[in-house]
Amino acid sequence: MHLDSKIPGGPLPDKWDRHRFELKLVNPANKKKFEIIVVGTGLAGGSASASLAELGYNVKTFCIQDSPRRAHSIAAQGGINAAKNYTNEGDSIQRLFYDTIKGGDFRAREANVYRLAQISNHIIDQCVAQGVPFARDYGGLLANRSFGGAQVSRTFYARGQTGQQLLLGAYSALMRQVAAGMVKMFPRREMLDLVIINGKARGIVVRNLITGEIETHKGDAVVLSTGGYGNVFFLSTNAMGTNVSAAFRAYKKGALFANPCYTQIHPTCIPVHGKHQSKLTLMSESLRNDGRVWVPKNPGDKRLPHQIPESERDYYLENKYPSFGNLVPRDVASRNAKEQCDNGKGVGKTGLAVYLDFEDAIKRDGKDLIAKKYGNLFHMYDKITADNPYETPMMIYPAVHYTMGGLWVDYNLMSTIDGLFVMGEANFSDHGANRLGASALMQGLADGYFVIPYTIGGYLAGTTLEGVNESHSAFTESTQHVREGIEKLISINGKRTVDDFHKQLGLIMWDHCGMARNDQGLEKARRLIQELREEFWENVRVPGSNVEFNQSLERAGRVADFLEFSELMVMDALVRRESCGGHFNEAFQTSENEAKRDDENFSHVSAWDYKGKDADPVMRKEQLVFEHVELSQRSYK
Amino acid sequence: MTKTINLTLKVWRQKGPEHKGHLETYRADHISTDMSFLEMIDIVNDNLTLDGDDPIAFDHDCREGICGMCGTVVNGRAHGPEKETTLCQLHMRHFSDGDTIVIEPWRSRAFKIIKDLVVDRSALDKIIAAGGYISVNTGGAPDGNSILIPQDIAELAMDAAACIGCGACVASCPNASAMLFIGAKISQLALLPQGKPEAAGRALSMVREMDRLGFGNCTNEKECEAECPKEISITNIARMNREYFKAGYFFSKK
Ligand SMILES: Cc1cc2nc3c(=O)[nH]c(=O)nc-3n(C[C@H](O)[C@H](O)[C@H](O)COP(=O)(O)OP(=O)(O)OC[C@H]3O[C@@H](n4cnc5c(N)ncnc54)[C@H](O)[C@@H]3O)c2cc1C
Ligand code: FES
Repeated sequence: MHLDSKIPGGPLPDKWDRHRFELKLVNPANKKKFEIIVVGTGLAGGSASASLAELGYNVKTFCIQDSPRRAHSIAAQGGINAAKNYTNEGDSIQRLFYDTIKGGDFRAREANVYRLAQISNHIIDQCVAQGVPFARDYGGLLANRSFGGAQVSRTFYARGQTGQQLLLGAYSALMRQVAAGMVKMFPRREMLDLVIINGKARGIVVRNLITGEIETHKGDAVVLSTGGYGNVFFLSTNAMGTNVSAAFRAYKKGALFANPCYTQIHPTCIPVHGKHQSKLTLMSESLRNDGRVWVPKNPGDKRLPHQIPESERDYYLENKYPSFGNLVPRDVASRNAKEQCDNGKGVGKTGLAVYLDFEDAIKRDGKDLIAKKYGNLFHMYDKITADNPYETPMMIYPAVHYTMGGLWVDYNLMSTIDGLFVMGEANFSDHGANRLGASALMQGLADGYFVIPYTIGGYLAGTTLEGVNESHSAFTESTQHVREGIEKLISINGKRTVDDFHKQLGLIMWDHCGMARNDQGLEKARRLIQELREEFWENVRVPGSNVEFNQSLERAGRVADFLEFSELMVMDALVRRESCGGHFNEAFQTSENEAKRDDENFSHVSAWDYKGKDADPVMRKEQLVFEHVELSQRSYK
Repeated sequence: MTKTINLTLKVWRQKGPEHKGHLETYRADHISTDMSFLEMIDIVNDNLTLDGDDPIAFDHDCREGICGMCGTVVNGRAHGPEKETTLCQLHMRHFSDGDTIVIEPWRSRAFKIIKDLVVDRSALDKIIAAGGYISVNTGGAPDGNSILIPQDIAELAMDAAACIGCGACVASCPNASAMLFIGAKISQLALLPQGKPEAAGRALSMVREMDRLGFGNCTNEKECEAECPKEISITNIARMNREYFKAGYFFSKK
C-alpha cells in the first residue's frame, strides 16, 4: 500500500490556497442531501459539527458524556497559540510553523504544519466573535503570554480555563445548529464499530449507554474526533473516559494507525499519592514562566525545602539550558526530572517529585500579581495536596498527558479508508514526535472549523455514493460482532475487576514504554501485555447485564482495546531505532543525554496496517520530505 | 501524613427511572485521607463487584472540577461540605473516622434519575439551544483585536462563563430553579459587545425554555450561589432579570 499524503504542489505558503481552489465544491442545494456522522464533541468534533451544519449538511453527532459540553477538551488550561504577532516580538506564520516543526523534532509534515500556522489567526477571530472571554490588556486588546518552549508571547488564554471557554464556544455553535435542526445530537453513545460498504465508510455501530441498545447509523462520511489514547497508562491527566476504542476499531477495519509510540509526558503534574489514585492532575505549564525548578544537590537530602540553602540547590534546567531555562519543551523537562529522581535527588514522600518554586517570583512581583496569574492553579494544588504554594514550593512530577500518534490521515484529514476522516488528537498529523504547549487546541479547532468543511466537500463532490440503509448486511454483521464481544465480556465472570487489569497494564506501560525506553524493557512489556490480555479474557469480572446502564461494561470494552493497542505501541517503539521527541530509547542519545535522531533512516511516519487477530500488523512508511526547514539537533541551551 | 478512616455510607440505589429507590448502607474501611471522594466510591465499587453485587452508578469524567459531569448530594449538600468544590475535588481529609455519609442524586423535576446517582441533565442543553449563543457562522469574523473589550468587562464575563453546567444550583434550590445557570450564560453574552445585538431575544427565549422544561422560579434563597463549585454570583440572576424585563419592554414596543 502506498501512502499518498496528497500534499498539493506549489510553494509552501500557497499550498492551502491552491488546494482549496482545486477541491471540488458541493453545490449548495445538494449539501442537504448528504448526511455526515461526527463522532466526538471536543474542540475538533464540536467545531466540525457546527461548521458542517452551517454549510447545510445534515450532521449526526455522537459523544460518550451526557452533554457535548463535557468532552475532555474542557480540561485544557493554558491556552491556544496563534501567529498574530500582537506583541510585536517578531512572530509570524513562518515562525509558528518553524517552532512547531522543530518542537515536534522534525517528525511532522511540513505542509500540514504550515497550514496550521496559517489558520491559527482565524481561529482566534472566530472564537472572539462567538463570545469567548479571552484575557484582555488594560486597553481592551487581547492579552498574550509565552508558553512552554516559545520565545514569543503568542498564547491566548482565558484564565486557566482556556479549553473550557473554547469548547463552550464550539458547543454553543453546535447547540445553535441542534436548535436549527441541522445537527442531531446523540449523547451517551459509544461508537463500537465502523461500517464499511464497497470500500467506503458508511456508518457506525454505537451502544446506547443508558439502555444498552446497539444502534446503527448510516452516513455519507464518518468523521472521528474521539481524542487521544493517554489512558492506556491508566494514570494520566486525561479524563477518565478517554479511550482508544473508536480509533482502534477503525484500525481493525483498515485505517492505518500512525506513530503509536509517540506519547507526551507532561513535566508539571501533581505527584502520585497512593495506589488507589485514579487520575493525575496537571498543573499548567504556564507556571514554568515564573516558577523555578530545582532539587537538592545532594542525593537523599531529606530536609524541608526552606532548610536547604541556595548553595545546596540545583536549578538543573536553568543550569543546563541557559537560554530556555525553565521553559524547555515538555519532553526535555520531563526527562530531566526523571533523571534527577533516578539519581536519588527526588523530593517528597516517594522521592518521585521535584520542586517548582515561586519564592523568587513572589519577591519580585509581589504576591498579588502572582495570585492574579496563577491563583486558581495554586488553589487547586492546595485543595489536592493540602500544601500552600505561596509558602512552600510545589512538588511536581511528569505524567502522561497527550498522544501525538493517531490514525494516519492525508492532507485532507482522510484516513486510509475512503470517507473516514480523523481530526484533533485522534489523528497523527501535526505534532510530529512532540507537541508544543497550546498547540492541541489550535489543531483541534483548525481541523474542525477550517479544514474539514472544505476537504469533506471535495470528497463528497468527487465520489459516487450509492444509497445505503441500515438493513444492509454490513450493518447487521457489524452489530452481530459488537454484540458477541459484549456478551463475551459479561459471561467471563472472573475474579478481577476491570480497573485492576487497567492499572496493571498502566504500570507495565509506564515502566517500559514511558519516558525512557530500552529494547529489553520493551520486549518484556510485550510479553507481559500478552499474558495480561490472556488473563483478562479468562478472569475479568463485569457485573450486571448489557441491557442497562453499566459503567463497568463500558470500561471493560475500552480496557480490552487498550490491552491490544498497547502492544502496537510497544512494537512501534521497538522498530524506531532512534530517539525523537516523546520517544526516547536509551540506546540512542547524545553525549549530553538528549534524544538522538537518525534522519537518514527514520525520517518517516510509521503507519501500522492491521492484518487480523493472529498475525502481526505490517508497518508502512510515509517518507517525510523537508524542503523548507533544515533538520537540526534540537538545542535549547 | 497519610491517615486512614472508616466510614458508613448510605447511598441512594435505584435501578432505573421506573423503579423505586432506597438508601442502602455500605462500609468504607481504611480510606486514606489523601483520597478523593470519588476514589473512595471506586473502592466501595471494587468490593461490591468482587462480592457479586451491582456497583454504584455515578457520573464523573475529568476528576479535575471542570467538566461538570460529577455531582451528588452529600449529607444534604450539593457536592458535599467544602465551599467552591466539585465532588471530584473533595478530599477525604474533610471527613472524620466513624462518620456516616449520606449520598443522594440531584433531585429536580427536570432531572430524571437514570440509575442510582446518575441523572438526566439534558434540560440544561435544551436551554442553551434556546439561545445561549451568538449567531455567527464559521468564517468571516473580524480581527480579534477589532473589538475592544475593557478588562473589567472581560473579567466579569469570564466570571459568569466559568459555569461548568453541573446542575448543583438546581439541586440545591428549594424551587429547583435553573436561574443561576441561565443567568450566567445570559450575563456572559450580554456583557460582551459581541453578544449585545441578540441580548433581548436571547433572554426571552432562554427563560421561556426554562419555564417549559419545568424548572422552578427564583425566590432569592441564594442556596445556588452558596453551593456553586465555581462561585457564580447571584448578581448574574439580577442581570438576567434586567435583560429579561428590558427585552420584554423592547419586544412589546415593536
Ligand atoms: C489537563 C489537560 C490540559 C491541557 N491543556 C492544553 C492547553 O493548555 N493547550 C492545548 O493546546 N492543549 C491542551 N491539552 C490538550 C488538549 O486539551 C487536547 O489534546 C484536545 O482538547 C483534544 O481535543 P479533541 O477534540 O481531539 O478530543 P476530546 O476533547 O478528547 O474529545 C473526544 C470526544 O470524543 C468522544 N468519544 C471518545 N470516544 C468515543 C467513542 N468510542 N464513541 C463516541 N464518542 C467518543 C468523547 O465523548 C468526546 O466528545 C490539555 C490536555 C489535558 C489533559
Ligand atoms: S468529574 Fe469533572 S467536574 Fe467532577
